[in-house]
Amino acid sequence: MPRRQFLLLLLPAALFFSAFFLLPMARLFFIGASGESGWLAYLAIVTDANYFRALWTTLAVAAVTTVLTLAISSIAGVFLERHRFPGRAALVAAMTLPLAFPGVVVGFMVIMLAGRQGIIGEVFTMFGGERPIFAYSLAGLCMGYVYFSIPRTILTIMAAAEKLDPRLEEAARSFGATPWQVVRDVILPGLRPALISAGAICFATAVGAFGTAFTLATRIEVLPMVIYTEFTMSANIAMAAALSFSLGAVAWLALAVARSASGSTVAAAG
Amino acid sequence: MMQAVPISLENCAKTFTDGTRALEPVDLAIAAGETLVLLGPSGCGKTTTLRLIAGLEQPDAGGRVLFGGEDVTALPIEKRNVGMVFQSYALFPNMSVAENIAYGLRLRRQSAAEQRARVGEMLALMRIERLADRSIDQLSGGQRQRVALARALAVRPRALLLDEPLTALDAKLRDTLRFEIDSLLRELGITAIYVTHDQAEAMALGDRIVVMDHGRIAQVGAPRDIYQRPASRYVAEFIGTMNRLSGHAEGEVFRCPGGYVAWPELPATAREILFRPEDTRIAAEGEAASLRGTVSAAFFCGDHVRLFVDVGEERPLVLETPARREYRHGETVALAVERHGLMVL
Repeated sequence: MPRRQFLLLLLPAALFFSAFFLLPMARLFFIGASGESGWLAYLAIVTDANYFRALWTTLAVAAVTTVLTLAISSIAGVFLERHRFPGRAALVAAMTLPLAFPGVVVGFMVIMLAGRQGIIGEVFTMFGGERPIFAYSLAGLCMGYVYFSIPRTILTIMAAAEKLDPRLEEAARSFGATPWQVVRDVILPGLRPALISAGAICFATAVGAFGTAFTLATRIEVLPMVIYTEFTMSANIAMAAALSFSLGAVAWLALAVARSASGSTVAAAG
Repeated sequence: MMQAVPISLENCAKTFTDGTRALEPVDLAIAAGETLVLLGPSGCGKTTTLRLIAGLEQPDAGGRVLFGGEDVTALPIEKRNVGMVFQSYALFPNMSVAENIAYGLRLRRQSAAEQRARVGEMLALMRIERLADRSIDQLSGGQRQRVALARALAVRPRALLLDEPLTALDAKLRDTLRFEIDSLLRELGITAIYVTHDQAEAMALGDRIVVMDHGRIAQVGAPRDIYQRPASRYVAEFIGTMNRLSGHAEGEVFRCPGGYVAWPELPATAREILFRPEDTRIAAEGEAASLRGTVSAAFFCGDHVRLFVDVGEERPLVLETPARREYRHGETVALAVERHGLMVL
């Protein structure tokens, strides 16, 4: 390809990337160092106990969300791909519906389910039990995250399950493999690239999710909430910028690790 | 040598849940150590028959599958100890060649030393020792199929079931592997069931061939029997090339648009006579030319010419003739038919 044409075709991507990512990111990076503590602001995320705890909480919630989402989506995705039954299309559509919900709405739904007036509580009191309220705990947050992570994951896994060669499973069975051994030796290895890429996106999304955290995280500190508080309440713009940059770096790292582990392309999302 | 087991199907039919009848009730006995080829076009029920034997499908009520004296009808494939070889190879992509071959041994909880020894034997048997540590995606199609064979045989199965194992390979490789599989099956003396739609493959490999048509067995027999004495027009046309003349009998002479064919045993009711290309030849000079036609195509094949002669029938007659003489499109030729090759079906 002639050099001129090459540069010309690269231009849209380069322009877009610079305008919406590179320039704001660079600005953010320098703002992060503009506070009283200067570049040390970037270290605060590990030196300041509160920030550090928020970082760990964020990563833990994201990790648990990823594991649960992959487990649920794998079972449901492979099942839905392999069985045809009346209402299947409607069920798939319903399961992918949360894609259209804003995070705040998802958070609100968790409150409806596990909050003070929640359905779970009603059921428990009906049988004379204690009213469990976990909407505002880590469990509630994870539940919300899992709920909005499932749609993307399940679609990726269904697409991968469709490509699994049924002969591979038959071959394994011919050697006497039990259903669990078939899952371990054939299905999971076959789904591996999809699990890695869907898992990475799920993790990165959970790290950066704000809407759901905003509704639910009244007692727990996750990084997006800390950034919001620093920015709006404390007007500590430099600290907010430094934390934002670090949050972006963590999400990016998760995707990069997944990309090198799977050897294939993992869509970048955040 | 492996323990060879006779296999029989008794009254095995297969109807799928959507109501499609894939197989009409079939009885079939396969001798211990025999290579039986299931032959037919797609949708004839040959793969369904193989899957019933494998235990991947259950026959409709009333059908029985027997391995030796044991009724295995209710046993799924996991419990039948059969070796499967697929058209798509079905090798585990997450395992190396050696790990693939060892897979069945591993599931049987054999010791590492036993596994290693058996894998070594199998690699040597298939002459793929140098591929042991390769990953599957580094192998060619022919190599993959050798690994698949080694993997299936490693566990000393009671029977080897092959589902179109050569179909995905190119013509030359198919020839080589067909020869290798033939020697392997003979050497091991294992009961083998081989599914193919390729009649040349069926003739080369089968001790007996089962020709199938729309879920029914059209004919069972040795390759020679099936070729020389086809039981029906379907079998005759499916195996090899068949020439056909239509007309009517006049005493010992069959009259057709292109002329006549003399045949002392001609049935009086014959409306159609059949014969193979190798029983058809260009009439010698001075010989009474009973059939005449025009050349509609002549394919030069090096040592011979494949000639298509239009004698006023629906399809031209096919014959092979020495390549010494050149034939032109539209040229008139006189043909003779060997009497011993004539048949009516």
